[in-house]
Formats: sequence, structure tokens, C-alpha cells
Amino acid sequence: MAALLVAEEANPISTNPTVWQLLSPYPPGWGGMLLAGAASTVLIWIGAYLLGIIIGLAGAAGKLKGRRPVVALLDGYTTAVRAIPELILIIGLYYAGTDGINRLLSAFGIPPIEINGFFAAVLVLGLVQGAYMTEVLRGAILAIPVGQIEAASAFGMRPWLRFRRIVLPALMPNALPGMANLWMSVTKDSALIAVVGYQELALATRLAAGNTKHYFLFFFAAAVIYLVITLVSNVLFGGLESHFRRGQPKAA
Amino acid sequence: MDFAWVSTYWPLIVAGAMQTVLLLAISVSFGFILAIGLALAQVSGTPWLRWLARGYCTLFRGTPLLIQLWLFYYGVGSFLPMVPGLRESILWPVVREGFFFAAVSFTLNYAAYEAEVLRGALLAVPKGELEAGRAFGMSRFTLLRRIWLPRAIRIALPTIGGEVVLQLKATPLAFTVTVMDLYAVAYKVRQDTLLVYEPLAVVTVFYVCLTLVITRAFRLVEMQVPIRR
Repeated sequence: MAALLVAEEANPISTNPTVWQLLSPYPPGWGGMLLAGAASTVLIWIGAYLLGIIIGLAGAAGKLKGRRPVVALLDGYTTAVRAIPELILIIGLYYAGTDGINRLLSAFGIPPIEINGFFAAVLVLGLVQGAYMTEVLRGAILAIPVGQIEAASAFGMRPWLRFRRIVLPALMPNALPGMANLWMSVTKDSALIAVVGYQELALATRLAAGNTKHYFLFFFAAAVIYLVITLVSNVLFGGLESHFRRGQPKAA
Repeated sequence: MDFAWVSTYWPLIVAGAMQTVLLLAISVSFGFILAIGLALAQVSGTPWLRWLARGYCTLFRGTPLLIQLWLFYYGVGSFLPMVPGLRESILWPVVREGFFFAAVSFTLNYAAYEAEVLRGALLAVPKGELEAGRAFGMSRFTLLRRIWLPRAIRIALPTIGGEVVLQLKATPLAFTVTVMDLYAVAYKVRQDTLLVYEPLAVVTVFYVCLTLVITRAFRLVEMQVPIRR
């Protein structure tokens, strides 16, 4: 009994903490854990988004210019990813991916490794993003007037120069609304990584809430963090779009 | 690949599919009603109402559904027993279940996305048609019931179909709050039989079939009222 009392005194948070004590960034507050979770979440978003853009560019090029088997393969990929619920996709890819890599390693006689949760998360979300990004970029490229690309070819531009000088600047204003939507969806899909057990913002929040029993407070705090990041990126994408639309006539 | 477990778990899979469909039907139908109100408030409400509806949509569209679900289930759920009289009321068996919280948070979330779609559609109805209705002497409510809303829903129909499919793909989240939906069945099979991919594959087939049913149904409805070009 005496030991319990001492423990109570040593740990003032257990008596009746205020909201600010609970959310303080230094232990015994949980704010630091939430912020660390938020930081790794943001890194997951950026990694997955960049991977998605790379897959999307390759996929769009493949769908528009590729041979028939390539087109069929890419069609299968985009259809499958868009038809299967994200949660199932993420869990399936997460296990299949880590399992597959370890089987590959054991085939070469290397002992199995623990796959870094961060890279698995980036890879899985990037694959999901890539399917949607393929469609967004394909649509944006198709919306470029053919004459512009033909004119570039007539000027003797090689494919890479043509892409850099003509296709990319013309594609960006068409693609940016879709790309902004995808950014919003990766910010929200990343919470699903919590179900697989990687400690990003959603799981960190659940741990903090479970430990302190202040469920409402912590989930509300996490919601505020997500909301602030979403609003900030809304502004950024708005600025980006008006930058790429400079020189275009204003819509009525 | 081993699918021998399907025969023993078949009733559970069907029950899970029922839960998933029920969750989808509840959230889509109630969410749609809520969305009409939210969209109208944004398009033609008083400044105060407009601000409120816009804030609601930003709030629910700006945060992950998983966080909303957990906020309701764990956060609001921990306050519910303190409501005087609720524990003794006939509502308690419903209100204490994870299904209730999943249904409520999915409905609120769907309404926010749907309201945004409907807002655009309400603004896309040609002005002349509304003016013609007013010239006929229709009251505001009649105009809304007979012209504005039906036209807007028809314009938004393809997008609504997409939103319903997205909502279907969001329902597996309910498993995190103890709802025995399709995905939860796959999870249980994995725990019982230690098979990882087979249950996921079977459940995926179910989801894809449901998606096909939804898209077909919306195509049928769209064909009933063709848009003239």
C-alpha cells in the first residue's frame, strides 16, 4: 500500500491530469508521441505520393504507348487496385510483400529479416496511389491538344525534350486537381497502416488514448492534426495550380 | 492454396456479407438524406447556415474515417454510459454495439462527401428551368421537389454511383470496432486456420461482386432517365 502511494506521488499525471498535462510534448504527457507519429505519417505520405507519381508516369506511358500485353497488364493492375477495398489491399500486400521478400531471401540462403514497417507502408500505399495516378495522368495527357505534341515533333524535338518542354507543362494544369485529390486520399489511407501495426499517428493516438482512458481527447487531438495538415496542403495545391495555370484564360 | 475451410465457414461469410450490405445501405440512405440538407444549406442557406454546413463538410472530409470511427466508438462511446437513463432504456442494446457507432460515423462521413457532390449538381441545373418553374408560380418547396432536386440528382447520378462504391470499400474499417462484417470473417478465419491469403481472396471476390452489382444497378437507373445531348 505504501509503495502504491509513493508511486502515485512520483507520477502526478495519474492523479487527475489536465488536458495540457496529457498533451504536453514531454513525458509523462503524450504530445511528443503524437507529434512523432505525425512526423512519421507525413514521411509516409511523401514517400508513397512520390512513388505513386513515378508508377503513375510509367503506367500512363505504358497505357498510351505500350504494346498490347503491357496495356492488358496495366489495365489489370489499375482495375484490381480500384475494385478492392483499401484495407484488404493494404493488409494483403503488407503480408504478401514481407512474406515474398523473406522467401526470396531464404531461396538465396539468407536468414529472414524483419521488414521495416515504414518502407512496407510506403511501398503498399505507393502501389495503391500508383494505380489512381496512372489514370489521372493518362487522362491529363489525353486532354493535351494533339497539335501541340505534333508541332513539337515537327520541330525535331526528341521524346524526352518534348516531354519536358511541351507535355509536362501542358499536363500539369489538367492533372493537378486529380493529384490534389490523391494527396488527400493518401493522407487518409495512411491511417489504415495502423491496422497492420506500424506506429504512425492513428496507432500512436490509440495507444495514448488506451493508456490514459482519455479516448475523446486524444482522438480529437489527432483529428485536429490531420485537419490542419489537410487545410495547409489545400492552400499549397491551390497555389501550385494557379502557378501552372498562369497565362491560361480564366474560366467564366 | 487451400479452400477446404470455406464449407465450414460458409454461414459466417454470408452473415458477414449481410452485415456489410446492411452497413452500406444504412450509411448511404441516411447519409443521402443528410447530404441533401447540407447541400441546400450551402447553396441557398442563410450565411450562418452556409458557414455551418461548409464547416461540417471540411471537418469530415479533412480527417481520416478511421479516426472518426475511433473518436465515436472509443470517445463518444465512453461518455454514453454517463447519460442518465440510457442504460435502462430499450435503446441500450443497440447503442452499446460497435455496429451502431460504425453506422453513425459512416453515415456522417458519407453525408459530407455526398453533400459536396450534390452542391455541385444543384449549381449545375440550368437556370432557365428554375425560372420556368417560378414563372409557373411554383412555391420554393414545390420547385425544389419537382424540378431542382430531381434534376440535380440526375446530374449527380454517375458520381453518386462512384461514391457508393467508395463507401463499400470503406466498410471493412468497421471490423476495428468489433463488427462481424465480411472482412472480420476473413480475419477470424486467419486466426482459426492460420491461412492468410485464401480468406482475403474469398472476401475480395465478394467485394468485387458487390461493386459490380452497385455499378450495374446505377447503370440501370441511369438508363431509365437518359440525358439528352
